[in-house]
Amino acid sequence: MGQSNDPADSKIVAGQDGPETVYHHDEAENLPTHSHHDTETLTEERLKSYWQANIKVLTTLLAAWAFVSFVCGIILGDWLDQFRLGGFPLGFWFTQQGAMLCFVVIIFIYHFWMQRIERAHGVDDDDNSAA
Amino acid sequence: MDTQLLSYIFVGASFALYIGIAIWSRVASTKEFYVAGGGVHPVVNGMATAADWMSAASFLSVAGLLAFAGRDAAVYMIGWTGGYVLLALLLAPYLRKFGRFTVPEFIGDRYYSDIARVVAVICLIFISFTYIAGQMRGVGIVFSRFLEVDISTGVVIGMAIVFFYAVMGGMKGITYTQVAQYCVLIFAFLVPAVFLSIMWTDNPIPQLGFGDRLNDGSGLTVLEKLDQVTVELGFGAYTAATRSKIDSLAIVAALMVGTAGLPHVIVRFFTVPKVSDARKSAGYALAFICVMYTTIPAVAAFSRLNLSESVNETPYAEAPAWFSKWENTGLIAWRDKNDDGVIQYRAGAALDPVKPQFTETRGKHGERTLSNQPTDNANEIYVDRDIMVMANPEIAQLPNWVVALIAAGAVAAALSTAAGLLLVISASISHDLMKRTLLPSITDKQELLFARLAAIAAIIIAGWFGINPPAFVAQTVAFAFGMAAASLFPAIMLGIFSKRVNRQGAIAGMLVGLAATVSYIVYFNFVAPELNSAKHWIFGISPTGFGTVGALLNIAVTLGVSRMTAPPPAEIQDLVDDIRIPAGAGVAHHH
Repeated sequence: MGQSNDPADSKIVAGQDGPETVYHHDEAENLPTHSHHDTETLTEERLKSYWQANIKVLTTLLAAWAFVSFVCGIILGDWLDQFRLGGFPLGFWFTQQGAMLCFVVIIFIYHFWMQRIERAHGVDDDDNSAA
Repeated sequence: MDTQLLSYIFVGASFALYIGIAIWSRVASTKEFYVAGGGVHPVVNGMATAADWMSAASFLSVAGLLAFAGRDAAVYMIGWTGGYVLLALLLAPYLRKFGRFTVPEFIGDRYYSDIARVVAVICLIFISFTYIAGQMRGVGIVFSRFLEVDISTGVVIGMAIVFFYAVMGGMKGITYTQVAQYCVLIFAFLVPAVFLSIMWTDNPIPQLGFGDRLNDGSGLTVLEKLDQVTVELGFGAYTAATRSKIDSLAIVAALMVGTAGLPHVIVRFFTVPKVSDARKSAGYALAFICVMYTTIPAVAAFSRLNLSESVNETPYAEAPAWFSKWENTGLIAWRDKNDDGVIQYRAGAALDPVKPQFTETRGKHGERTLSNQPTDNANEIYVDRDIMVMANPEIAQLPNWVVALIAAGAVAAALSTAAGLLLVISASISHDLMKRTLLPSITDKQELLFARLAAIAAIIIAGWFGINPPAFVAQTVAFAFGMAAASLFPAIMLGIFSKRVNRQGAIAGMLVGLAATVSYIVYFNFVAPELNSAKHWIFGISPTGFGTVGALLNIAVTLGVSRMTAPPPAEIQDLVDDIRIPAGAGVAHHH
């Protein structure tokens, strides 16, 4: 199955790239040439809100990522050292272990959060619905 | 049984395992060769990615780097691991949906341009060879230290093993071998760490023992003791940061973006069945990496403590056995500057030049004599940073099979990374250069043949670099991350998140980002190394951190040029729409 040849997917979200997108291509070009059981049920609105939800997830999680690494690890590192986590000064702990552990958690939160959003929008790749 | 015989048995057994896997996973199609058929379970891929990415340097050198540089070296830890967040959130799921074989292929197709593809191929080859030379050298060094063969023989043995499973099994062989290699290397790294932790704190978990109280009844924590000892000896406190904040931020960002742009790591996410698997797999990969990477700072702290406590102010004649053993291999040197027969460990380099140059004679205490000039500080010892991992089993007084285990682990770490790199080099040549650019009419069988030939050629070149390492190997690591950060990462990321960026923008962006980063690194490392200090750096950013500036330049130029030129054609915008939706990824395929 050639997904990138399948115009049905693309038609639905074309032009939904925010202010970046100045290009509006011909709608007719994008009409499905054949019926596709996944995308028949998708609506333009749903895919638009899917992508917006995705961007929101990314912004939130990347903020958390920057906070634990750049802020806790470096910018506020010395200040955080006045607090202790067991035998560790807190800022030092972030540089040696804390940031890394938060990264793992961030990726798994991303995975489960996206899975929920995708199921809600009907764009998931679960085995029962994927082509 | 003696250590050397055990080392032969352990390393030999691990090689037999790798070859067994190679025979079991022979491949017959390019899809299997490039992406293991696209059916790798996300946990398996996570483990393979961890081994792929953790190199000989991770295994042998990073603990030493941390032990000697203390908190300042933590920027490397945060940078390398933080890159996986970028990879998981911004690249992996979309590239998996794109569903092809290589990184240059995405860049070439998204920017509908053979020039973009070829620029990406060149970056990829440069990044990968920079990396692989170090791995081959690493194999050679491990062989020479543990098995007492010379480095060149070690490199050749390593080449032969990699040749076997990478050429026969392609990505499929590499994937399953990397899983085995992960198990070997993580076990080898954890065993001595656990015993070191018990030795100092009675706590069997090194990650916790590192923050625990010492078991000597002093009531001090490991870190308090370490700060006390390092300050006493004239070093800065172990837990204090001395690097400027701006440079720390730049280095962390450059390593993060660089890690996310490493082609041999990215392609691992082409091998899983689904888009959601790519995300999950990145999480597993980082979790597997963190098993080792959270242990490294503990090992660093314990070994630094050990070096200070068991060696400093100890008469040479009573020094622990590992001291003279590693002195014999040239990784430790002692020059009795004040002629008291006692080893003094203090801040500063003991010798000039820094690396010891041994003469054939022995001094009056039995130490190896040196032709280096003594420096005028009080420090009397040179300690290679790799010691911090290699001497651990002896320091913790573990049985000699643990030493053998370290040898097998270090070889596993080096081979797994080397194989992953060889694969992306061969795929970029056979697929991107041959099939997609120069000879589009070749059949799948012919392409597979080209892939194997390219892998063979790459092994030979990598081996040559391993035997004749260029003098600048250490600095070139900054190159690899800087180039990946300044060229590949922005091109891929923008290609996914903006439909407006076009061919002209991407090519101009990659070239400007690369030119800026490469010339900055070359200038400060080779043209004017004497100026390589904070007051000459632009914005106080070191060459290692300059990839961040390169990446920002790349993004700015790409967006600017794209805005001034025509938008990409409709089918490219459709392609972008398509890769943003997880449904229907199928397996990697030709169109």
